[in-house]
Amino acid sequence: MLALLVAQNIAFYVIAAIMVLSAIRVVTTDNVLHAALWLVIVLAGVGAQFILLAAEFVAITQVLVYLGAIIVLFLFGIMLTRTQAGDARDADHRGPVKIAALVLGAALLGLMSYALLDGFRDSEFGDMVVQRTAEVSDSIFSTYLLPFEVLSVLLLAALIGAIVLARRD
Amino acid sequence: MFLNQFLILAAVLFCIGLYGVLVRRNAVLVLMSIELILNSVNINLVAFGAWWSVDGANVSGQVFALFVIAVAAAEVGVGLALVLLIFRNRKSIAVDELDALKG
Repeated sequence: MLALLVAQNIAFYVIAAIMVLSAIRVVTTDNVLHAALWLVIVLAGVGAQFILLAAEFVAITQVLVYLGAIIVLFLFGIMLTRTQAGDARDADHRGPVKIAALVLGAALLGLMSYALLDGFRDSEFGDMVVQRTAEVSDSIFSTYLLPFEVLSVLLLAALIGAIVLARRD
Repeated sequence: MFLNQFLILAAVLFCIGLYGVLVRRNAVLVLMSIELILNSVNINLVAFGAWWSVDGANVSGQVFALFVIAVAAAEVGVGLALVLLIFRNRKSIAVDELDALKG
């Protein structure tokens, strides 16, 4: 049991380090295409963390929806909005905005870390039970049936809206 | 494993995403940073769900994470359509040039 715990911790920290470094590259790289490819690594890492949290169905959905669909949408968006002048030099705001954003992000991170370390200091996971997909689906189709139906209508509205907006007429 | 590991990882990702939203000029890059923020929230939801379900019978956190994933997919679809429309009309997707309503 201890060996499993150590393995889980090692996996967590390795994946977390890769995710944080890739996320930093997403927001600092000058090349839009590279940012999308770094984002792939972050999203895959999030899926791996879901598996560590014994949430298999969410992990598989993450891979299917994010890596399979959303990244492709981003790549299409990059392809269709590429300017001739090259977008490397104007990916970021200049001057004081950058410093202000850095200060704001660091301050928020410090505040949240303090609150989390203070509030959940000794919260340890119990025995991690793998949540079966059947339980997730039972919950969606009983307790959360109404939000689920609303979500389907929202997806339909987004589909029609995106087609109407992007259509050439 | 401690709950705090996942919560602080999510906080770090959230702040990186916030920095990206504030500092990026390219609208597609702003949308990517928003994806970082949404994913950090998902980590929080699933971690709290796993922490809360001591008897192994509570999947609410996962269900909410799934809902967030679906809403994020809809958001990216409409967002990229808007970006495409802006690019078609103005030949640029720099967010600071969209100041037609500035007084």
